[in-house]
Amino acid sequence: MDFSLSMEHDILRKSVRDFAEKEIKPVARELDDKEEFSYDTMKAMADLGLFGMFVSDKYGGQGMDYVSYIIATEEIARIDGSHAATVAAGNSLGIGPLYYYGNEDQKNKYLPKACRGESLWAFGLTEPNAGSDAGHSQTTAELIGDEWVINGSKIFITNASTDISEGIIALCKTGNRENGHPELTSIIVEKGTPGLETRVMHGKLMWRASNTSEIYFEDCRVPKENLLGPVGNGFHQMLATLDGGRLSIGAMGLGGAQGAYDLAIKYAKERTQFGKTISSFQVNAFKLADMATEIECARLILYKACWLRDNEKPFGKYAAMAKLYCSEVMGRCVDHAVQLHGGYGLMKEYDVERFYRDHKLLEIGEGTSEVQRIVISRLINAV
Amino acid sequence: MNIIVCLKQVPDTETQISIAADGKSISTDNIKWVMNPYDEYAVEEALQIREKFGGEVTIVGVGPKRVTESIRTALAMGADKGILVDDQAIVGNDSLGTARVLTAVIKDLDYDIILCGKQGVDDDYGIVGSMLAEFLDIPQISIAVKLDISEDGSKVTVNREVEGGTFVIEAPLPALVTAQKGLNEPRYASLPGIMKAKKKPLDVKAIADLGLDAGSVGEAGAKIEIKEITLPKPRQAGKIVEGETPQEKAANLAKFLHEEAKIL
Repeated sequence: MDFSLSMEHDILRKSVRDFAEKEIKPVARELDDKEEFSYDTMKAMADLGLFGMFVSDKYGGQGMDYVSYIIATEEIARIDGSHAATVAAGNSLGIGPLYYYGNEDQKNKYLPKACRGESLWAFGLTEPNAGSDAGHSQTTAELIGDEWVINGSKIFITNASTDISEGIIALCKTGNRENGHPELTSIIVEKGTPGLETRVMHGKLMWRASNTSEIYFEDCRVPKENLLGPVGNGFHQMLATLDGGRLSIGAMGLGGAQGAYDLAIKYAKERTQFGKTISSFQVNAFKLADMATEIECARLILYKACWLRDNEKPFGKYAAMAKLYCSEVMGRCVDHAVQLHGGYGLMKEYDVERFYRDHKLLEIGEGTSEVQRIVISRLINAV
Repeated sequence: MNIIVCLKQVPDTETQISIAADGKSISTDNIKWVMNPYDEYAVEEALQIREKFGGEVTIVGVGPKRVTESIRTALAMGADKGILVDDQAIVGNDSLGTARVLTAVIKDLDYDIILCGKQGVDDDYGIVGSMLAEFLDIPQISIAVKLDISEDGSKVTVNREVEGGTFVIEAPLPALVTAQKGLNEPRYASLPGIMKAKKKPLDVKAIADLGLDAGSVGEAGAKIEIKEITLPKPRQAGKIVEGETPQEKAANLAKFLHEEAKIL
């Protein structure tokens, strides 16, 4: 048994950590406040190589393993959830499906630009009436002549309406299976296609500096060859994409928990009350001890899931466990962290306030905590 | 233009330092090691010189195997190759020992300029660069905040800041320059850079490979000996000067500074 990471992993962590502290930390609070997606930090993240991390260099990616991708996402999330969301969604949900299911033409056409971070792709899954029940998407695609005609809408879609968003991988119902279940198919819809409209969603509690959209398809016509993978493969693609996506959400939980812990221990060792630092009070020291312990456990399960994936072993159960556990650990850590900050923790002037808000998505996005428990309970044959 | 950068690995400046049981060294148990921050400026400057003039950037490090990580980091930033001298005989090197080892490595290399950080942030001696230049018998300019190489590659011009002014100093190449904060903004090791660095050559050499006498380096060759290391005294709690009015507070402060702190 060997728990050590490679030297490259250590160099990567240090580099991304320095980057996040110097380039993202100084602007994160203001971007959150203004609910603004920053093209400057997006470009800086792209220049660092944070897009296409697990994609082969043949298509302009970095050719790194999943552990590397997860460490990088974790380190960005340690500083800011919104930026981590842009990276995680960009890689797992945008680049991932194109890379794993695209044909050679599609990969050559879209991936190099996406891996340079000059374009963003979005994964159109969730609908107003299809959240946890994603298999019952109501967006339809009908093959008429040489074109797919798409109608319907999507909601809460990350990275779909930035200035550099290049398109959407839309999960559409293309018919019914013999067993009565809907037949789902992924279709590539390029930005600018007539009948496609994306609208930025404002008024978010969390990830306020990331881009979230509503998408509308109204007789939106795309060429027949925009099919991503075979007809009817959409549901399988979605499940596999979410397995990978869960690792990146896990990384956001882990990184966010670490960031909240780092803020909390620093503050608790500086703040004095009753003539002593508040970290010296056992009630507070125990909070920090619990946080440190849970973060370590979260890191172990998440890295194990990544290790399984890198070694081509089944990892779905561990991905669901890691997503569930890491996001709930972050929940407990931000709770302790704000408590340790007292009244200051409630103020926007303190970064811990943003961590407290940013956390909540992790128990909802890419499969709620309840859905993770369904997935896990099935995989352990409990139900 | 071939550029050599000497690199030292030091404890991360955020590491909480504790003194080892012998009282003469620091405990290395929980230390995170990083590239000496001043050496980062040297690496960045080397890369910028190469971008302008072409050539190769070679990183030379002295120390145990863990230094490999800092050399690989420099390779990930864009340097071309690395050399690490790792030998039991160098344990206990003082600055002179380190300079001797570096000299033995560098004297046979083809170089136009050597860059070092102005000092290691661990022991702060700041003399290895100077000793190395002396041993190699080349000009040296220390504590550079700006560095320019003439178009024909024959000389280097360096700005060096002193209290209230700036020295502009010129020397023919090859020369050695030590880097000060402000010289440049070091780049991050990019992800593609990290992957490329895996394939770049990194030679590990022993003292015998360099034709050095083991007695001239390490503890055996050291000219100085550390007798003791102590930590600064913990900071005392502050004192709040009382008083009803600003005038009264100022008077009490002056009294405190005169009678208790004995500063005035």
